[in-house]
Amino acid sequence: MNQWTTADDHKRVLMRRRIDFMLRLLFLLCTSIGIVALAVLIVSIVVDGFRYIRPELFLNYPSRRAAQAGMKSAIVGSIYMLLMMAPISFVFGVGAAIYLEEYAKKNRATRFIQLNISTLAGVPSIVYGILGLTIFVRFFALERSLISGTLTMTLLVLPVIIVSAQEAIKAVPKIRRDASFALGADKWQTVSRAVLPSAMPGILTGVILAMSRAIGETAPLVMIGALTYISFLPSSLKDSFSVMPIQIFNWISRPQEEFHSLAAAGIMVLLALLLLMNFSAILLRNKFQKHI
Amino acid sequence: MEALIEINELNLYYGEVRALRNVTLGIPERSITAFIGPSGCGKSTLLRTLNRMNDMIPGTRIDGSIKIAGTDIYSNQVDVETLRKRVGMVFQQPNPFPKSIYDNVAYGPRLHGIRDRKKLDEIVEASLRSAVLWNEVQHHLKRSAFGLSGGQQQRLCIARALAVEPDILLMDEATSALDPISTLKIEELTQELKDRYTIVMVTHNMQQAARVSQRTAFFLNGELIECAETQKLFANPSNPRTEDYISGRFG
Repeated sequence: MNQWTTADDHKRVLMRRRIDFMLRLLFLLCTSIGIVALAVLIVSIVVDGFRYIRPELFLNYPSRRAAQAGMKSAIVGSIYMLLMMAPISFVFGVGAAIYLEEYAKKNRATRFIQLNISTLAGVPSIVYGILGLTIFVRFFALERSLISGTLTMTLLVLPVIIVSAQEAIKAVPKIRRDASFALGADKWQTVSRAVLPSAMPGILTGVILAMSRAIGETAPLVMIGALTYISFLPSSLKDSFSVMPIQIFNWISRPQEEFHSLAAAGIMVLLALLLLMNFSAILLRNKFQKHI
Repeated sequence: MEALIEINELNLYYGEVRALRNVTLGIPERSITAFIGPSGCGKSTLLRTLNRMNDMIPGTRIDGSIKIAGTDIYSNQVDVETLRKRVGMVFQQPNPFPKSIYDNVAYGPRLHGIRDRKKLDEIVEASLRSAVLWNEVQHHLKRSAFGLSGGQQQRLCIARALAVEPDILLMDEATSALDPISTLKIEELTQELKDRYTIVMVTHNMQQAARVSQRTAFFLNGELIECAETQKLFANPSNPRTEDYISGRFG
């Protein structure tokens, strides 16, 4: 049996290996495009804006003179918005997800709601701006205030949070629910004690990623009228406010070169915050997974 | 024979499919009754009617009656939560919660309102002892249940079921995902439990039914073909279809 492999077999294998190798290169190229783009972006921003990363950027209010301009009110505005948006959207988003996954009957009405939520997750953010303008600013007469902005952004992130929380809840194995029911648990006991603890890492990841998206959103806040020149910190919900992307947008649209560099510095701060949030998402996920 | 569980003329439908046909069966107290039969014969379905786990499958309908200690468990005087507290269940796949060993066993008692730490400690120890797991885990009750072997996890699930002090324990192919040694341990455990609990087990393994049970019921296509003392059913079945099955001619 010295002929149990033939030259033909060998040739075919070599050919397949060559294809394998070329595809590997192709996939590597696909990956690099994204990474290279990000690297170029970061390098050009850092080159541009690094000299404006200085205490004044964080401590000063906006100014007509680039040398004195800072984004204190915008940073604080973004953080206030984040701190209010996170709990509100968590409660409503996870509540809706629990209802849809655990309580709602799987009938036509539920499927219709589901379809709408998935669609809402893809609606352009400017549309939410118009919605917020109509409902919060005008109808509820909340004016162009921090609370209007927060609620508008909450609407924007809710569909994303609902969908990701649903996925996390769906991923909890049925046998774990059965174990709980078989011990005499009712629905809420099962959801709160057996399902949610398992789903929490996924839910939190979804919430934080949605928050990162909201922190970088500009269009809806332009629509409801976040201001760019705010020389005070909001002290009540009805105060006017600014946020980082709005401030950056404003700086970029000015003719003076120095403001473009300031905008680059602002982008660096924003990116750093996003990185921090994504990092905390990973930390939270790991912390919860340890219990499993 | 006084039966603790009396199943009378029970029919069960999943939508249009009739999964159980006119099943009438008595299950005696403090002993082991085994349900055997080929896949899809309705034995697991019947087991799940005893703690009403089938209620959760949409489109399930039953007629006929099931009485436990004289009470119709499908009447609206019976809360399904209370029923399931009295009728515990162990599943085919070990399904501990992603919690500590202690919290797994304490899950049921906590559901039913026991908060007192000392009382919970006692229940956890007693249940783990009953499930012959105490000696292996007593020093690391705080560790995750997922660190246990498959067989230990299944005994933990038994301890968890025992912690709510049921009268009846349903075992749905509880050893089919386990290795032979773990299976043997669970079988030995059932022998200790049968003096205190009424055990109903579904098994694919006829030798297991013969080894551990006092009575065996044979099902085919949703019908109860024969139910008798285990020794008699295996040695001298009265129905030819039972004989065909246990002698390996089909199934």
